[in-house]
Amino acid sequence: MWETKPRPKRESSADLLAHIHQTAQAIGRAVQLMEVCGTHTVAAFRSGLRDLLPPSVSLISGPGCPVCVTPPSYIDAAIELSRRPGVTIATFGDLVRVPGTFSSLEQERAAGADVRVVYSPMDAVAIAREDPTRRVVFLGVGFETTAPGIALAVRSANGNMVDNFTVLSALKTMPAPMRVLAAGEEVKVDGFICPGHVSVVTGASAFSFLAEEFGIPCVVAGFEDIDLLRGIDMLLAQIAEGRSRMEIEYSRAVRWEGSRAAQSVIAEVFEPCDTEWRGLGVIPDSGLKLRPQFAEHNAASRFGVELTSRHTSVGCRCGDVLRGVLAPPECPLFDSRCTPATPMGPCMVSSEGSCAAFWRYGKRRRK
Amino acid sequence: MTAPRARSDRVLLAHGGGALMTKELIQSVILPVLDNDVLHPLDDAAVLNVTEGQLAFTTDSYVISPLFFPGGDIGRLSICGTVNDLAVKGAKPLWVSLGLVLEEGLAMVELETVVRSIGVTAEEAGVQVVTGDTKVVEKGKCDGLYINTAGIGRLVVPCPPGPTQIQPGDAIVVNGFLGDHGAAIMALRAGISFSPELSSDCAPLWDLVESVLAAGVTVHAMRDLTRGGLAGALCDLAEASGLGMRIWETLLPIRPPVRGVCDLLGLEPTAVANEGKIVFFCPSEDVDTLLSVLREHPRGEFAAAIGEVTARRDGFAVIVSRIGGERIIDLPPGETLPRIC
Repeated sequence: MWETKPRPKRESSADLLAHIHQTAQAIGRAVQLMEVCGTHTVAAFRSGLRDLLPPSVSLISGPGCPVCVTPPSYIDAAIELSRRPGVTIATFGDLVRVPGTFSSLEQERAAGADVRVVYSPMDAVAIAREDPTRRVVFLGVGFETTAPGIALAVRSANGNMVDNFTVLSALKTMPAPMRVLAAGEEVKVDGFICPGHVSVVTGASAFSFLAEEFGIPCVVAGFEDIDLLRGIDMLLAQIAEGRSRMEIEYSRAVRWEGSRAAQSVIAEVFEPCDTEWRGLGVIPDSGLKLRPQFAEHNAASRFGVELTSRHTSVGCRCGDVLRGVLAPPECPLFDSRCTPATPMGPCMVSSEGSCAAFWRYGKRRRK
Repeated sequence: MTAPRARSDRVLLAHGGGALMTKELIQSVILPVLDNDVLHPLDDAAVLNVTEGQLAFTTDSYVISPLFFPGGDIGRLSICGTVNDLAVKGAKPLWVSLGLVLEEGLAMVELETVVRSIGVTAEEAGVQVVTGDTKVVEKGKCDGLYINTAGIGRLVVPCPPGPTQIQPGDAIVVNGFLGDHGAAIMALRAGISFSPELSSDCAPLWDLVESVLAAGVTVHAMRDLTRGGLAGALCDLAEASGLGMRIWETLLPIRPPVRGVCDLLGLEPTAVANEGKIVFFCPSEDVDTLLSVLREHPRGEFAAAIGEVTARRDGFAVIVSRIGGERIIDLPPGETLPRIC
């Protein structure tokens, strides 16, 4: 149930927009499209796309911002580790400012913890190799996009006996929460803009169940303005014609079967596990943990870290935002107690969080 | 008679002690490069001859890491940053002070290279280093070398350009490619190697500003696009002038490798620092003259008109995307965060 048949040549954004308006009129009812990936959320805001769409077509953000769906228990565990003697925390930058229950890594760093921002998991392996006295914990957060790089880092550390390199994995896989959303009653999604980068790894096939089992039109779209316009145009065409298929707009990068090489390195190092998603709870088999043969690189088991569910900050409704139930400006904390400079929840911290995007790009409307 | 001591090849704490070693350092490293009549007495304060008119005075500190980068070094930067702050106020830079904070153990050859670079850049910028200070701190207390410079310039315009003079309808012009400095530094720090095109644009710009003013262009405001980049400058100026500003994404001059680095690191090219770029605001009838003067200058070859000041009095700058949507230009709140997926 998928196709990459040649589409009518509508290459200019003006043509695409005109066609989108025309199709929306033909559909004759309100439609809600969910962009799952945080990068799509940002791209839609950056291009001013929301203001150009017909009023009957709305975009809602899904659970595709890796920092946002990471539960507070994980941040608390990272903070607790950072306070232990000899521990160096290596992390992608977005996590540094995310508030845990009582603190953040940014505050811990100011208080003397060794927290380093790296651009690649291999940088963390290098830190571990250069100083064998440090116990380096890499915060493994992300989806199928970051998992292959982390898997390669683990494999490299393992092969080169860098046994002071460990990963605290909160890696997640994307299809499972989308199944939860599609099966749930809370949000009516008329079409999914499926994640582009994740699909490069998993292939579009990983998401085709949404069309096949749930009858929801799907398009894997790229991240340029024109990609999003084309993706929306394709979704509206499916809705207008009463079809539901998985279609690939991002065909320059995404194939039906994905990247076998990336999939196999993930499978070599990780195995599926149950994991907690902020706002969605524990979803069976939606996480990735290190396989037993890489146990010495597993920070959770080596340091005896417990990831127990805890409450988020009082009033923070990031969970509802992540399920698409609540639009960021509807949160009582939005722009009052919670701003990018004083974030109460991860959706306001991450550059890909929908609260941060609404705050940054919706400023003038609020004034 | 004592034999001459072998010169240390590293900076020692004693070099900052104010005694013999400090003097030796100044005489062997600083003076050979920066000496001039005003500095030469090495007295407590420099005495400057001023004529009529107004002076502009500014200061800035430089803590860049790494000290040396493609297209410049901390020494060049410490002159350019300060003289450019004067230039955008319509002041011809004349004198600068030089405060050096050195880390114990800094290689003497690195210090010499930085001082030489200061000398070359000061000459290029037409300024004299007229007073200075050297301190040494213990190893680990600073990252190699920090510099503070202050600068004094003479206003050559009767009324210094500034945000209050910006008018609705003004054209917004930049003198070339945006984000070169920040992208070069970030790429270096992140260990991303790119083509040699990726280098800092660090340069003194008085010469460029002077030719614009000499051509009779009415300049309402200028701002050098350092930290915060174009986005930061436009946010500030829109707020300070209370006017709206609109720029077009398709008109922005950004080099492909800079775009590449920004994409990789999750940065907004318009918010990335420059060290040789100015944004100009001028009446629309002057824009052709401004562009042609800029384009004749080596530091303005790729000048471009990128937008306009609007009558919408809301104090916001917006950018029009390639598909015609508008978004507000805003700044990241804290440190620049790389993205993770």
